[in-house]
Amino acid sequence: MLANSYVNTLLFGVYPYICLVVLLIGSLIRFDREPYTWKSDSSQMLRKRELRLGSNLFHYGVIVVILGHFAGFLAPHWAVDWALSPVAHQLLAMVVGGIAGLTAIVGLTILIHRRLSDPRIRLNSRKWDIAITLMLWLQLLLGLLTVPLSAFHMDGELFETLTGYVKGIVTLDGGAAALMVGVPLTYKLHILLGFTLFLVSPFTRMIHIWSGAGALSYLFRPYQIVRTPKTRAEEPTRP
Amino acid sequence: MKIRAQIAMVLNLDKCIGCHTCSVTCKQVWTSRQGMEYAWFNNVETKPGIGYPKDWENQERWKGGWKRRKNGKIVPKQGGRLAVLANIFANPNLPEIDDYYEPFTFDYEHLQKAPELPTAPVARPLSLVTGRPMEKIEWGPNWEEILGGEFDKRSQDYNFEAVQKDIYGQFENTFMMYLPRLCEHCLNPSCVASCPSGSIYKREEDGIVLIDQDKCRGWRMCVSGCPYKKIYYNWTSGKAEKCIFCYPRIEAGQPTVCSETCVGRIRYLGVLLYDADGIEKAASVEDEQDLYEAQLKLFLDPSDPAVIEQARADGIADNWIEAAQRSPAYKMAVDWKIAFPLHPEYRTLPMVWYVPPLSPIQSHANAGAIDTIGEIPDVRSLRIPVRYLANLLTAGAEAPIVSALERLLAMRIYFRQRQLGEGDGAAVLAQAELSKAQVEDMHRYLAIANYEDRFVIPTSHREEAEDAYGLKGSCGFTFGNGCDYGPPHSSLFGGKMGRRKLTPFRPLDT
Repeated sequence: MLANSYVNTLLFGVYPYICLVVLLIGSLIRFDREPYTWKSDSSQMLRKRELRLGSNLFHYGVIVVILGHFAGFLAPHWAVDWALSPVAHQLLAMVVGGIAGLTAIVGLTILIHRRLSDPRIRLNSRKWDIAITLMLWLQLLLGLLTVPLSAFHMDGELFETLTGYVKGIVTLDGGAAALMVGVPLTYKLHILLGFTLFLVSPFTRMIHIWSGAGALSYLFRPYQIVRTPKTRAEEPTRP
Repeated sequence: MKIRAQIAMVLNLDKCIGCHTCSVTCKQVWTSRQGMEYAWFNNVETKPGIGYPKDWENQERWKGGWKRRKNGKIVPKQGGRLAVLANIFANPNLPEIDDYYEPFTFDYEHLQKAPELPTAPVARPLSLVTGRPMEKIEWGPNWEEILGGEFDKRSQDYNFEAVQKDIYGQFENTFMMYLPRLCEHCLNPSCVASCPSGSIYKREEDGIVLIDQDKCRGWRMCVSGCPYKKIYYNWTSGKAEKCIFCYPRIEAGQPTVCSETCVGRIRYLGVLLYDADGIEKAASVEDEQDLYEAQLKLFLDPSDPAVIEQARADGIADNWIEAAQRSPAYKMAVDWKIAFPLHPEYRTLPMVWYVPPLSPIQSHANAGAIDTIGEIPDVRSLRIPVRYLANLLTAGAEAPIVSALERLLAMRIYFRQRQLGEGDGAAVLAQAELSKAQVEDMHRYLAIANYEDRFVIPTSHREEAEDAYGLKGSCGFTFGNGCDYGPPHSSLFGGKMGRRKLTPFRPLDT
């Protein structure tokens, strides 16, 4: 069914933009209108056990995976060609992505076990807290499954096609969806679930990723913060 | 020099009776809601004891406060900026809720609904986190109340450092005191320094340290950063919360709830003017025992014309300067030197100070032959070891504590001598280096403790204060999205983490 050209265009040409728009506008509205709900929702206070190992493995793994996706798919052609041959590029992606992905999925498995098995955490989880972790787990699994799959296409051609698709989406190229027609199902599912994660992000705890990036500004601010009545008055008032 | 003002608090431990009225009224006003049941912005601990959360004073374990590097710079003890960010996914120094206590209620319903049983029904504790029965309640905000628990455990108290503590386990030698604790609203707060999202700030005009609830992202670094463990993670809202020094009351010139309701009249609130440019230097002095003196030097004499001029130039209103001149906090900390900061060695320059308690003479068997030095009994023969108080209040420096205790004793002796016609007390005053006017003042503030003397709080200037009338009329003091927020309320964006059902999760059969 996914090969049908209308469905193909819908899923890989239109759906991604719906997801990206909801991600960006949804996050913006939530940040602006509901700042009190904007947080990481940590449950470490309720139970330390398993969190330290699981959370660190997952987060560090997934950060490498995400940065890897950005670097692999969005780096300009000339930069990649200058540094690596297409085959070497693919091999690098498989090795680094594979290791980071494995790290992340091991960590996430620990976290899911903790969330479901510990009554303190289980009873204080929203439905979306559980759903989003399961979706992430599945997404990591699909991503990891593409690694052995890629091993059968070591010429770098499939990799080129996928890079072309992602670049096409980012550069608003209407023909990008056509590139996905012959791509194996695992890749298709990985991409669809990936965009779905974007879609649901503003409504879940995933928004803390924005703040995680924002927290980097901590490196550059002075330790002490003093607010004067004047600066407080200039802050936007709550709606 | 940049002069700023702060409403400081002083607690006269000599008069604290450990009634917990401060804690209870504070809880009723600020923290009686889901997610904060375990949190006490104010709690009273019996010392010696390890306190709440367990062992909070031990910074080798919790890594709160600051540490001084070899180059003389101070950084948060839990690590510099990079280390804090690297630990953001799992804070290795975060207490678990059990280190405070698992919040609970009792299954009262069972008492009414139990079937006929061979024994009287009991109300078992139910966890407020899971709603399920708890085997045993194991800790709380005043667990060691009046020396509850074994000495072996209580003697893990960090303040026994360099004290031969074994003898204090014996009934004849035991001692105790109360320590009410709240946020210290420090001059050099390590919670502010630890916050990756920059949501915690110190208010310039009155020094109150607050968390911007809309900006807090729940990274939890402030909880471990605060050495007093007075920032609490609300496990329902996912935000950090702390004592707000009842700022809506302070702005209106009223004392905080804990101070207002203190039946022992031990709490004092007053303005201290300080030199904001000197904070970092004072917090970085090499020897921990010099931190008390260094902080004392930051406080400026509000009667000094040069200070008044500079304060006006820095935007401090005249009613604040006038309040600073009548400040009980200034009199106790600077004039009489009988008040001290709690654990200055954490280098946060705390602004809630304590008058150390007197205690009965060590052995009443010797009551007839008390060691006296001159006119004043030897304070080293008091039941509470001076070193213990010094570890609590001056990073171990005994001289300032001895001097303060002598002054408190001198005041009593002076008034007793006058009352009984035994003399004019001149000798005792000379020994304690107090003038007659000073000791009369001390008596007025410490013994009589009139409301107007205890609380000298200038109101905020109207144009600078929060528009409470508008808030009241429109949205009220709410969290979140102003008017349209109010539980029960389902939001497109998630809402709360906690269980919806607050009453027992599962009814008990027996």
